[in-house]
Amino acid sequence: MTYIPIADQPNELHDPHTFISKYVWSQDHKVIAIQYGSTAIFVGLIALVLSALMRLQLGYPDTFSFIDPADYYQFVTMHGMIMVIYLLTALFLGGFGNYLIPLQIGARDMVFPYLNMLSYWFYLLSVIILLASFFVPGGPTGAGWTLYPPQAILRGTPGADMGIMLMLASLAVFVVAFTMGGLNYVTTVLQARTNGMTLMRMPLSVWGIFVATILGLFAFPALFVSAIMMTFDKLLGTSFFMPAIQSLGETLNTAGGSPVLFQHLFWFFGHPEVYIVALPAFGLVSDVLSCHARKNIFGYRLMVWAIIIIGALSFIVWAHHMYVSGMNPYFGFFFAFTTLIIAVPTAIKVYNWVLTLWEGNIRLTVPMLFAIGFIFTFIHGGLTGIFLGNVTVDLPLSDTYFVVAHFHMVMGVSPVLVLYAALYHWYPKITGKMFNVTLGKIHFWATFLGTYAIYLPMHYLGFLGVPRRYYAMGNTDFIPDSAQALNANITQAAIFVGIMQLVFIFNVIWSLKYGKKSDPNPWDATSLEWQTPDNPPVHGNWGEKLPVVYRWAYEYSVPGAKDDFVPQSIAPEDVEMLEGEGKYVDRSEEH
Amino acid sequence: MSLFRAILEKPWKQQTASGLPAEGDYGSVTPPQKVGLLFFIAVVAVMFALFITAYFVRMELDDWRPMPESQLLWLNTVLLFLSSFTLQWTHNVLKKGQDKQFKIGLILGALFTVAFVYGQITVWGQMQEAGYYLYNNPANAFFYVLTGIHAIHVLGGLFVWTKTIVKYWSGAEHEELELSTELCALYWHFLLLVWLVLFALVSYT
Ligand code: HEM
Ligand SMILES: [Cu+2]
Repeated sequence: MTYIPIADQPNELHDPHTFISKYVWSQDHKVIAIQYGSTAIFVGLIALVLSALMRLQLGYPDTFSFIDPADYYQFVTMHGMIMVIYLLTALFLGGFGNYLIPLQIGARDMVFPYLNMLSYWFYLLSVIILLASFFVPGGPTGAGWTLYPPQAILRGTPGADMGIMLMLASLAVFVVAFTMGGLNYVTTVLQARTNGMTLMRMPLSVWGIFVATILGLFAFPALFVSAIMMTFDKLLGTSFFMPAIQSLGETLNTAGGSPVLFQHLFWFFGHPEVYIVALPAFGLVSDVLSCHARKNIFGYRLMVWAIIIIGALSFIVWAHHMYVSGMNPYFGFFFAFTTLIIAVPTAIKVYNWVLTLWEGNIRLTVPMLFAIGFIFTFIHGGLTGIFLGNVTVDLPLSDTYFVVAHFHMVMGVSPVLVLYAALYHWYPKITGKMFNVTLGKIHFWATFLGTYAIYLPMHYLGFLGVPRRYYAMGNTDFIPDSAQALNANITQAAIFVGIMQLVFIFNVIWSLKYGKKSDPNPWDATSLEWQTPDNPPVHGNWGEKLPVVYRWAYEYSVPGAKDDFVPQSIAPEDVEMLEGEGKYVDRSEEH
Repeated sequence: MSLFRAILEKPWKQQTASGLPAEGDYGSVTPPQKVGLLFFIAVVAVMFALFITAYFVRMELDDWRPMPESQLLWLNTVLLFLSSFTLQWTHNVLKKGQDKQFKIGLILGALFTVAFVYGQITVWGQMQEAGYYLYNNPANAFFYVLTGIHAIHVLGGLFVWTKTIVKYWSGAEHEELELSTELCALYWHFLLLVWLVLFALVSYT
């Protein structure tokens, strides 16, 4: 059978005609991406405010009468859950996945546009359910983002009645939304690539999003399963996870259940979740680095393989979160081993990013600054991860601020820096306008240096033994007074960083209206999305004819070429050369 | 084209003079609906695998009291088998262009499926009457949860079945119908397989 790109098969385009079908019930991947993205950023800001409130309490205990211990637990929980699931997962996959996959592989849209639309509305529903829990009696759950039973559903934990139920319901709806979107992303990558786009010619962004989606499809069911079983325990009195318990003087009906079983299920989801966030970040940052260093990405094949290997390994390391759970000690050995192995492909990626910069023709644009910042924070968080991966080191550090510092560096700050890199990088494509560069640079330096000011001292607090998830430190011998002074400084930095994020929001909105009109390809990038006939791309993306792909996405600094780059979609004979340089040949044929 | 071979490609080298790789190295003619369904099946399989793992872990603890087996489950198994078999047959006759048999098969397949779900609900009723409530014992809880989730997936299948029959009424193309019935049959086979595993699990433990 001859190959007809899916996008060009009949019945595929679903042209919108009314305002509602164009911007509200839209099936266009670009509109859905923006819907996903803005919803995610909106809830992300709520999580940021919650973190500021927590920091106020920690930095200045006994000052804010409106924050009591129960509030603090609720803030911790909602902050963590929103950041990990509703911001990062949704923005990387629902936002960038939706925007970039069809554009970078040369498709007109996702293969199941209707399902894609449903995916967004289910996501919005899950967000609404989540936020509703702030307004129910008892407030949102305060069980910690890990939601460990039995305490998550016992009286005494804030939000143990309505709050936790809404949280579980919201997560279940989120999983459904993710599955609808995920099936789309995977199938689109596999089935809808344009003429010439082999798997190994895809930009690394698509690879990262693709593999992360597969991880999500197979990891989220674990969250779903545990949410269902916990709901039964709470509502119908089963004992999946609930042991025999005396609670507030009365004996509960439950008996015999296994809380550790929940932990296994949760982390079977929870660890891959780290990579669901990290792999798209790896992909996006690779493309940004390569483009702004005007160099091909170092070791493309190894980068792809590392993404796949990390993805596979991420399913067999989960119990490194459970060294102190009382599980069989031999498990600890196994999981420490796999955890340290995963460091190898990860390190390879880091070396390759650094080597991509090596002797590059670096343009220090705003996206590039964020991308380079990411290399710093990621190495930093990765190194402390190697500490914590070892059982003996983890035991004393577990549940201290060292862990808080570690995971914020590696999966808080690092992915967020990549998100900013990506948002600045693709902003001119998404909106057709250029953002304000000065504001962008201010935003970068404030965020990058500011987050170091927040998290570096936290490592030290962790060594002192300051416990995580504590409302106040109280009077303890092992924590010196100076720790409190440090805490106040951390809070000042956190408030500063939080406020500086408004610079970004302002820049995005202001530039939308007053920004300079952007060039269709302002960064001289090679991948397909920069070659669309319209800027920003319109419905159907490519006009009459789909692009044809002749090479990979990293043809930068091409010797003799008029521009220093060759887009993926230009035929070899059409590449313009400098005078006297002869015809364009692929560099591989020179040696 | 194997995935493995695909990721060995050296993209920085030009494959051919034109820069275009050989046809078949990119894109694919498998209908996306089928690929989507295969991934969905994998997701559901992972979900059941996790439930079953939890089942085994929980089973080892002291308070596990197995439920008695209902003979009706055998009948239900036969019904689900028949529905899966009928839908496959429906697909086969459609391919041969036998329109009348196709209609009969499609309806019959759904009837067997509804009968299966009805049978499962009856079993739940029987169990409740015999005093095996959800909250008495984890074995009971797992039984209800597993069969319930399975039944929900069967009902989801019926939803897609409805879309198929609507397509037929609105005079859809032959190929389109063929694809629909193929996917229905595939999904039902999968549900049958899951059911056999679950049935074995609750019977032998
Ligand atoms: C300026 C930005 C941020 C600040 C100031 C901040 C601050 C905090 C604080 C104070 C805690 C509670 C520590 C404790 O009492 O144990 C916390 C917990 C947490 N944060 Fe952040 N955070 C920020 C950004 C992020 C981001 C981007 C993520 C995304 C991964 C994130 C994920 C988490 C998680 C998962 C927890 C643990 C919640 C729990 O213990 O249940 N945070 N953060
Ligand atoms: Cu982990």
